[in-house]
Amino acid sequence: MKRVTNTPPVALPRRRFIQGLAAGGLALGALPWLGAAAARAPAATALGTAPVLTGTEFDLTIAETAVNITGKPRMATTINGTMPGPTLRFREGDIVTIRVTNRLSVDTSIHWHGIILPYQMDGVPGVSFPGIAPGETFTYQFKIVQSGTYWYHSHSGMQEQKGMFGAIIIDPARGETIRADRDYIVQLSDWTDENPHRILSKLKMQSDYYNFNQPTAGDFFRDVGSMGLSAALARREMWNQMRMNPTDMADVSAHTYTFLINGVTPAGNWTGLFRPGEKVRLRIINAGAMTFFDVRIPGLKMTVVQADGQNVEPVEVDEIRLGVAETYDVIVTPKDEACTIFAQSMDRTGFVRGTLATRAGLSAPVPAVDKAEPLTMGDMMGAMDHSAHGAAAAVDHSMHGGAPAAVDHSMHGGAPAAVDHSAHAGMAAAATSLAKPSTTVRHARTEYGPSTDMRVDTPRTNLDDPGVGLRNNGRRVLTYADLRTVGGSVDKRIPSREIELHLTGNMERYVWSFDGVEFGKSTPIHFRLGERLRVILHNDTMMTHPIHLHGMWSDLESPDGEFLVRKHTVNVQPAQRVSFLVTADAPGQWVWHCHLLIHMDTGMFRQVVVS
Amino acid sequence: MSKNESMTMRLVNWIVAATLAFVLTPVWAQETPVAPAVDHSQMDHSKMDHGSAPAAASASTGNAMDHGNMQGGTAPPDARDPHAYADGLTFDAHQHMIHADQNSFGSLLVDRLEAVRTPDATHGAYDLQFRYGRDYDRAVLKAEGEFADGRLEDAHTELLWSHAVAAYWDTQLGVRYDSGADPGRGWLAFGIQGLAPYWFEIEATAYVGDEGRSALRLHAEYELLLTQKLVLQPRLEANFYGQKDAERHLGAGLSHLTFGLRLRYEILREFAPYVGVEWAGQYGGTADFAEAAGEDASQIRWVAGLRFWY
Repeated sequence: MKRVTNTPPVALPRRRFIQGLAAGGLALGALPWLGAAAARAPAATALGTAPVLTGTEFDLTIAETAVNITGKPRMATTINGTMPGPTLRFREGDIVTIRVTNRLSVDTSIHWHGIILPYQMDGVPGVSFPGIAPGETFTYQFKIVQSGTYWYHSHSGMQEQKGMFGAIIIDPARGETIRADRDYIVQLSDWTDENPHRILSKLKMQSDYYNFNQPTAGDFFRDVGSMGLSAALARREMWNQMRMNPTDMADVSAHTYTFLINGVTPAGNWTGLFRPGEKVRLRIINAGAMTFFDVRIPGLKMTVVQADGQNVEPVEVDEIRLGVAETYDVIVTPKDEACTIFAQSMDRTGFVRGTLATRAGLSAPVPAVDKAEPLTMGDMMGAMDHSAHGAAAAVDHSMHGGAPAAVDHSMHGGAPAAVDHSAHAGMAAAATSLAKPSTTVRHARTEYGPSTDMRVDTPRTNLDDPGVGLRNNGRRVLTYADLRTVGGSVDKRIPSREIELHLTGNMERYVWSFDGVEFGKSTPIHFRLGERLRVILHNDTMMTHPIHLHGMWSDLESPDGEFLVRKHTVNVQPAQRVSFLVTADAPGQWVWHCHLLIHMDTGMFRQVVVS
Repeated sequence: MSKNESMTMRLVNWIVAATLAFVLTPVWAQETPVAPAVDHSQMDHSKMDHGSAPAAASASTGNAMDHGNMQGGTAPPDARDPHAYADGLTFDAHQHMIHADQNSFGSLLVDRLEAVRTPDATHGAYDLQFRYGRDYDRAVLKAEGEFADGRLEDAHTELLWSHAVAAYWDTQLGVRYDSGADPGRGWLAFGIQGLAPYWFEIEATAYVGDEGRSALRLHAEYELLLTQKLVLQPRLEANFYGQKDAERHLGAGLSHLTFGLRLRYEILREFAPYVGVEWAGQYGGTADFAEAAGEDASQIRWVAGLRFWY
């Protein structure tokens, strides 16, 4: 039985990261949109919810606005004065016109994330258009050819980190097929009082600056006590020899971040109202700059109905990991008066919570943040014992010194999750047919220099792995293996060729790249207009990277070449190799990058030319 | 010059040469598309490692784990061309957006700014590195010295071009100037700086000066995290000179060997006061000079200071 209280729960740990203003919002204008929202039907009222703009003509103004999230006044970069910016509600089939006026002292831009449109409207300065200069207005105009939940954000400098993002909802032309009584946006973000450029400078100087969960001498002696000296040494040997840190799960942590739901701090407790028995649709958007969020509602199953704006076969889960820029729509049917929406960061340094409640002011117990789980050997080396066991991709867990790393396949219900590795036995055979992704690892010659601190020769292809920190946690966690786009693949052609791109970096130097080549030294990637091609993303780093291709869908496939789900952003876990198909039907210049803002800015970025 | 001294001198010259070889090896490994005729999947890991960790990798290979090929090495002949997907396309000069990988970053690390208490007196010491430049090529100013009564006693200042040659290693090329109470000395400097396996921060620099002088400086540091903010830093430094320099009270061979332990508390990552103890020894002719001046050849020193960076 859930305890329901009318006061903020005392269970909140008294850590800095959960503090913040009660309302957690913009200091100026006394939260003007709240008044407007409250004036509408009470059912739609939700603290912190951005104003909703509808129609086909939109005016957006970008400006610096005072904000106070942690008790210290700061300037945010806002759209129409709010953070998040207004929710744009489009209708499939409409032609929308959006005038964006820049009231900043520097250039700005807006990118419509996941929206299929002409490249000139994509909003990437230097690629799609020159950007929007101070004082200028740029008019975006494009036809809406899709439906679902998306978002938009600045593609200039670090403005996204400073609050310049908002949600997009596109109503289907033929009516909504997902039935729900309530419809809420749950937009997750990471706020810092620091200058984002200063964060980058610090990381360049000391890449573990924000990691206060590092292995210490104390941990070592505890391990010696529990597992003996040789096991304690063995557990560390490889990491230390390779100069890799098993606790390096996020470059920027809650040491500087305050996590927000719809711009509201945990203490502010964003609340979405419902009546008992109602089905509530949550459009969860990870609008963070650098944070992976693990989202759950303790006591409630979430039925995932949409991923990256595309309807998927419903799948019932307890928890979802959202890479930066991913969106998931879920349906929940709360039973209690109040339940907590709990989103903890992947590195387990902080969380944000909101509440679904039958009336304002309620809250439910807030769980403690999970204990941080270190990366495993599988995260470093992928399918290690490659030579010993043929092509079997099983990770040798005996190396983990007791780390609970094994993925429990039995938890995944009926999803065809287990990867059939026997299919990979003939590596040479895979190269002769493009029906399945090739398994032959081909490192670029530029991965052997200073830009790249490691290479994975034996990648894992286990899409049913929920990822570090979520394995065997007793909860049913969504994985990519669970996702099936409704209606299957639109383009059923077998790809005509493969592009293999390696995700690379050097944590010590704090540089990030594709194929060991930062953007500044790169050349564009050419897609031939009309072709169906396969992209293989091979992660040679120990971090998970959300990779976003602009302008075209990424049709994620299983290791056997079976179509799974259409996405705009694809997470690639450490030492993992995933593949997706692309239909190059969008002529022009696009970009392709890691959506971790600082990884993108330091070089994990490419231009794509479709011609 | 005694027979003993000339032998030491030869030894130091040999070490200088070896260091130069170390410095040049990774450069050669990077610049030359070495094409060992080996199957990529069955590469000889010991061969592959020489580009990554010139100083210490050889000591640590032979490990039971099969991962020598995960780091460093040279690209096999069939390695992928990262520009192959461009189909010959390039950027329009005016259309290329600028990211941080094309920007320069500057930082100043004052590793030691401390009061040093010897049995006889108290003096001050500093050790800093200022870096400015891009990810793989930057200017580095290294300054280390001792001062007492508001006067610089002994200072070594280097200005180097630091060039990344492997994941964890930079080569450094530049000049050094020694100043202070004794006559100044100028040197050309060649060295490496980087992070060895097991997280040892290493600097090894060879110097060539006027009148056939040569010198070698080896420096190693480690950071042992007692807690997330309490860090114990062992630090080892050795200096060698190729020949006697009476004006600067230096003998040939190993002149100074210093081992320090500093315990710092990081109030902020970039602001940490510390206390520590240092064992400083002088050797050979250098020790003779010290003893002739009435000093102890080796001493225990207590230190207290501040480590900070920006």
